[in-house]
This record gives sequence, C-alpha cells and structure tokens, in this order.
Amino acid sequence: MDTRHIPEKKPPLKHVTGKGYAAVWFALMALTGATVLTASLHAGRAALYICLGISCIQATLVFLFFMNLCFEKSMVIKLVVPIVITLLAIFIGLTFSDVVTR
Amino acid sequence: MADLAVQGREYAPYFADKGKYPGILGWVLSTDHKRIGILYLMAILVFFTSAVALGVIMRINMLPGHKILTGQQYNAFFTLHGIIQIFLVVIPAVPTIFGNFFLPILIGARDMSFPRLNLFSWYLFMSGAILALVSIFFGGGAVDTGWTFYVPFSLKSTVNVPLAVFAVFILGMSSILTGINIVTTVHQLRAPGMTFFKMRLSVWGFYSTAWVQILATPIIGITLLLVIMERLFGVGVFDPLKGGDPLLYQHLFWIYSHPAVYIMILPAMGVISDIFPVFSRKNIYGYKMIAFSSVAIASVGSLVWGHHMYVSGQSDTAGVIFSLLTFLVAVPSAIKVFNWLATMYKGSIQVEPPFLYALSFIFLFSIGGLTGLMLGALAPNVQLHNTYFVVGHFHYVIFGGMGFGLFAAFHYWLPKMTGRMYGKRMAITAWFILFVGFNLFYFPMFILGWQGMPRRFYEYLPQYAQLHQIISYGSFVMVAGLFLMMANLIRGAFFGEKAPGNPWGGATLEWTLPSPPCTENFEEIPVITRGPYDFGNSGASA
Amino acid sequence: MNAASEGNSGGKMGMWLFCATEMILFGGLFLLYAMYRFKNPASFHAASAELSRPLGSLNTCILLTSSFMAALSVLSLRRDNRTHAGFYLLATIGLAAAFLAVKGCEWAAKFHHGLYPNSPELLLKPKGVILYFGLYFTMTGLHALHVIIGIGILSVICAWILRGKVTAKRPILLENAILYWSVVDAIWLFLFPLFYLVS
Repeated sequence: MDTRHIPEKKPPLKHVTGKGYAAVWFALMALTGATVLTASLHAGRAALYICLGISCIQATLVFLFFMNLCFEKSMVIKLVVPIVITLLAIFIGLTFSDVVTR
Repeated sequence: MADLAVQGREYAPYFADKGKYPGILGWVLSTDHKRIGILYLMAILVFFTSAVALGVIMRINMLPGHKILTGQQYNAFFTLHGIIQIFLVVIPAVPTIFGNFFLPILIGARDMSFPRLNLFSWYLFMSGAILALVSIFFGGGAVDTGWTFYVPFSLKSTVNVPLAVFAVFILGMSSILTGINIVTTVHQLRAPGMTFFKMRLSVWGFYSTAWVQILATPIIGITLLLVIMERLFGVGVFDPLKGGDPLLYQHLFWIYSHPAVYIMILPAMGVISDIFPVFSRKNIYGYKMIAFSSVAIASVGSLVWGHHMYVSGQSDTAGVIFSLLTFLVAVPSAIKVFNWLATMYKGSIQVEPPFLYALSFIFLFSIGGLTGLMLGALAPNVQLHNTYFVVGHFHYVIFGGMGFGLFAAFHYWLPKMTGRMYGKRMAITAWFILFVGFNLFYFPMFILGWQGMPRRFYEYLPQYAQLHQIISYGSFVMVAGLFLMMANLIRGAFFGEKAPGNPWGGATLEWTLPSPPCTENFEEIPVITRGPYDFGNSGASA
Repeated sequence: MNAASEGNSGGKMGMWLFCATEMILFGGLFLLYAMYRFKNPASFHAASAELSRPLGSLNTCILLTSSFMAALSVLSLRRDNRTHAGFYLLATIGLAAAFLAVKGCEWAAKFHHGLYPNSPELLLKPKGVILYFGLYFTMTGLHALHVIIGIGILSVICAWILRGKVTAKRPILLENAILYWSVVDAIWLFLFPLFYLVS
C-alpha cells in the first residue's frame, strides 16, 4: 500500500485573482509611463510605432486579464478580437493601397 | 402527428396560442420567434409594395412623352426606392422572416438565444422605417442623394438628409442585433447530435450572413454618423475645403455596402440549397463545399469594395487589387451553382412552385453574376460605370437572385407557417408571368447601358426611347406577375386547404412538426443521428 | 452536445459580439485618422502641441484604474461579497466621472482658444490642423458618449447588486457590463497616443 503523503492538488484557476489584477494594473501604469517617455524622446517615426506597440500590449493585457480571456473556454469568444483586428487591418490596408498610390 | 400534447397542453398552432397578452398585444409584445417572424413579414410586405409602387411610377415617367415627375421628384423617388428596397426589404427579409421563424426549429431548439432582444430588433426596425417616413415630410423634404448618400452632395443638399441617414443608422443597429442573436443561437442551442456539418445549408446561410451583419454594419454606422456630424458641426472629414477627402467617404460606405449585398444573397442561397435536394429527391451534391463557399463568399466579399470606385478617383493600383479580388469572389458562387446543378442531375425532379423559383434563381443570378464580372473588369467599367448596365446588373443579382430566392422560400415554407396550401396552378402561372416580365424589364437595360444611357436620369435623348419603352412595358408585366403571386399566397394563407405536416416530402426537422408548429416547437428536443438531406431509398419523409 | 445544457454562456458570447461591433465602429474613425495623418504629418504634429500631455496621461491612468476597480468588483461578486462589489463599482463610476471632468476641462480650454469645428480661427489654420481637430472632437466625443453610457449601465448594475438582482449565482449582467467598460478603456488606450503623443 502506498503510504507516501500525496499533497493535495490546488484546484485549477478559473478566474484571475485579486493579486493578479493588481499586477496587471501595475504593468499597465508602468507601460503608460513608458509610452509618455518614448514620445518625449523625439524619436521621430519610430516613436509612433513604439507607442502604438505599447498600446497593443496594454490592450492585450486588458483583454486577457480584465476581460478574463485567458480563462475563456469558448472558441468563438477567443477569436473575436483577432478577427476584429484582422478585419480592421484589411480595411485600413486596402484603403491605404489607394491613398498611398494616388 | 396532429394531436400532440406538449408539456401537458393540447396542441395549438403558435398563432392561436393564448399567451399573456390578448389580441394585437399578443403579437407586438411576443418574444416567440415565430410571431416575430410574422411581424417582420407584415412590415416587409408593406415596405416592398410601396417601393414597387415608387418603381412603377418611375417607369411610367420614363415612357416617351409621359414625364410626370420633375427632376427633383425623380431624384427623391429613386433614392427612396433604393433606401426602402435595400435597408427595409432585401437586407432584412430572409434572415428576419425565415431566419427568425425557422432557425430555432432547424437546429432543434425552442427559441432563439435572446428572445427579448429579438423583439427589440423588430422595434428598432419599425422605428427606422418610421423615421425614414417622417424624413420625407419634414425638414426640407425627401432625400434626393441616391441611397448611397455620396458626399459632397449629401452635405450640401437642402433636403432632410440627417433624419434619413439616422433612420438607416437605426436599421443598422437592428441588423447587428439580429446577427448577434443568430450567431449565438447557432453556437449555443443546437440539438444534441447536431454538429456543424449536420446543420441544414440554410442554417449555414443564416450563420455566415449573421457574421457579416455583425462585422460590417458598424462601418456604415460610423460613416452615417459622420455625415450627420459634418452637416451639424462641420468637422471637415469629408469636406475638401477643410482638407477632407470625399473618396474616403466612398471607401467607408462601400466597406459596408459591398458585404451588404452578401448579407442579401447568402440566406437566399441557403434556402435554394435546401430546396434542390427536396425536389430532386437526392442528397445535396457537395455539402461541405457549399458550406465552405458560404464562409468564403462572406470573407472574400469583404475585400472587394473598391470595385464601386474605379472611376471615382481611386488609384489604378488599388483598382487592380480590387479587380483581382472581385474575380476571386465569383469562384465560390460558381461552386454553388455547379453543386445545385449536380444535385438535380439523375435526381427525381418534382416540378412544384418552389422548384421553379429555385431554377429561375440560378438562371437570373448567373446572368447577374456574369455581368458583374464585366463591371468588375477595369477597362469595361470605364464605359459602363453609372449607366443602365449597372442598374440591370444589380437588379438581376438582387431581385433575380435574392428576390426569387425569397419567393422560393415563401412557396416552400408558407404551408408550414400558416398550415394552409396555396393554389399550385396559379402559383406556376404567376411565376411564369413574373419571370417573362422580369427579363423583358431588366435585360434591355444591359443594351441601354452599353449604348450610354446614364442611370438616375429622369429624361433622355430620343435614341434611347425605344428601349425605355420595352423596359417600362416589361416592368408592368412583371408587376402583374408579382401581384398575382402575392394575391395567390395571401389567399392561400387564409383560405387555402389545410396543408399536411410534410407537403413536399422533405427530410429535415421542420417537416417533422405539424403545420403550423405550436409555440414551443418540439415536444421533446430531438436527438440528431443522421445528415440533413437523408432521403433514404424510398425518398419518403422522416 | 447542446451547449445550453452545460450552463448557458450565451449572454457572454452575445456581449463579446456586441463589443466587436463597438471596436469596429471606432475602427472606421481610426481608418480616417490613419489616412489623414499620412497625408498631413507636419500639421498633425503641430496641432497635437495644443493638447495637454499631462492631462491626457492623467486620463489614461484614471481609466486604467477604473478598469482595475471594475475587475475587482466582478471578483468580489464571485466571492459573494456584495458590499465590496458595490463599493468597487462605485469607485469605477467615480473614476469615470473624473475622466469626464478632465475631458470637459480640456474641451472647454479648446473652445476658449477658438479651436472647435467650423470656428473662424480653426478655418484659418492649415488643412491638416482642421482635420486633426475634427477627428479629435469626433473621436474623443464619441468615446466620452460611451463613457457616459457606461456610467449609466454601471450605476444600474450597482443598484441591482445591492438589491440582490445580480448575485454570485447570476453574475452575467455585471460581467457583461465590465466587458463593455473594458472595451471603452481599450479604445482610449489607442486614442491617447494617436492624439497626445504625436512627435
């Protein structure tokens, strides 16, 4: 008979914890500071991309944690944001193909 | 089958069921998806008839020597005809009438996911219609910009553009909510055993359409809001004097309005895909290809909007890209046509009214589609843009395609909805008159357009007179056929013989219910074990 | 299997689909911004100097914190702590109101300087500047409208929590309201750099 003491497994997380939310909030604030700093460095065109990139990271954090996407089971719900982003990228991209080449 | 006891109650058809509210309140406050479908049906019937009347008056005006409208009035007429037909009839019709009525039944559910939201969608729909009606009589009068509301004219025209445009915005909200309801219902409420690939193709049609409704409609929402903002506050986004670009309006407008035509056609194609197996007594050919082609049309169709703008000032590079994508999107539609024809091949054909409408759908939609390719090619478009060729093209695809699909759906499903059968001989006669009239009406438009007659003009040079005459008389024949068809269906709905539960021998879920269904649809939610078009050896019903 | 029998998450799916429509609604405006910034880079740069970066950053922090409070509200409700849930919701609403107050001050300052759509001063400026402010007022205005609607929704949900209509067993209304609020926050996360951090 097995007499080893098997430690009880913690139940799997179904939801972000309070500490998790606080960590995300802190990261979001830090990123806000980073983006303002980047803008004041006069980095030119690169600044636009870096700032937008930071926005994307911030939005991803909001979606994944504040909107609980990381624990979402439904495939449809998980695909909504990627589909929207792809669609908007296509709309803006194809319109650019006109505006840029006129 | 006739004497069901559902949850302890005697069987009662859904329209006779005594619910919480008496009389008319029992209809306008009902969240039963079948009653809501009938509410949409009543409203759309009225809107369709009014828009047809506008069209008839326009065609009388175009007869030589019969100019009964001023230029301003003619502009208002074709604008209203377009707004009503597109936003109040063609975009909503099949999803809101047949989607609402049949989608839960087809997937084996009791109702949609959000019944109260469904009723709210209908209220939004009616509000949009009322606002559009009000805009005709107040604030400067009926809109005269064309249903496309192009800037800069829509910013300058002194008629009531803001209210009309706001009405369309409300209609867009109704469309979005219907789409959300349909997608959620298909994902959440399918009966046990019904995988995605055991769903009816009409369900695939409603499902793909619903995604386009959700993803594309917000763009026209913001575009129309911007027109209102421009008129009220002069923000400048479309005003060249302030640096705005009118062509960006056209981009935004068509980013929605092109996928909108797929919202129109996909449900109709889904119904056609359901009709052919039943009347060929044969399984549908290439089920998965048809299902995937619905998704492909919805996706690729969202990328082609620039083909409305080849000669508007768009760059040639963009024109080439959009033209290529336009040719690509024709492929999935062609796949569907081949599959429908292959379904009929070596089948046992039952010549009934729904089948005749489905057959003529293929013919008319193909002509429309092929002329669309002619317009989609860059060089011919220079000559054909904004001529009657375009008018002929879109009436063939929208009216000949979606319209005939809608009529096919009525002839197929009305006996289930009302419990009564219409006169078949009269239906076939009406179909014939309608078909002949349709082609007499719209085919000469291709020739007229090729010869250079512009669209939206209320008068023309004498060389175009003869073709205009043929077109106008053709329109009268077509309207006679329409009237006959509607009269026959309405008479059948109220006074026809009682229809059996499965008059056509279909093998799908709605034919297992009595005609008409009771409020809860199913006694017990069925468990699905076989595909949707399994006719078995004898071709008998389920 | 019938998904409904597994615990209906239909409400959540419906809300996510609605959030998609909100994102695409603003997407149309982002499209216009992209085109006009491409065509008028110098004017956009000059015009953005009129905006107050500190106030914009403050608003970003306010909105992010409000999202944090909103998430804590859902967490409290799931742990059946209705008072905490209500308290966090009130904090969210308070921060949202603060956001609107700051925005109101910014707009008032602009109007005071004659910078509003169709103003005589604005029309004298280069076209890119006119477009910048046209887009600024439209986009932040539409966003503020969504914040106002959000305050309304959150207030109603707060009342329902305290009355026991939204509980740990039926949290869907609160969860959906927070979904909406997070989308409003996410949209601001893109508005902020595009208008305030043009360099």
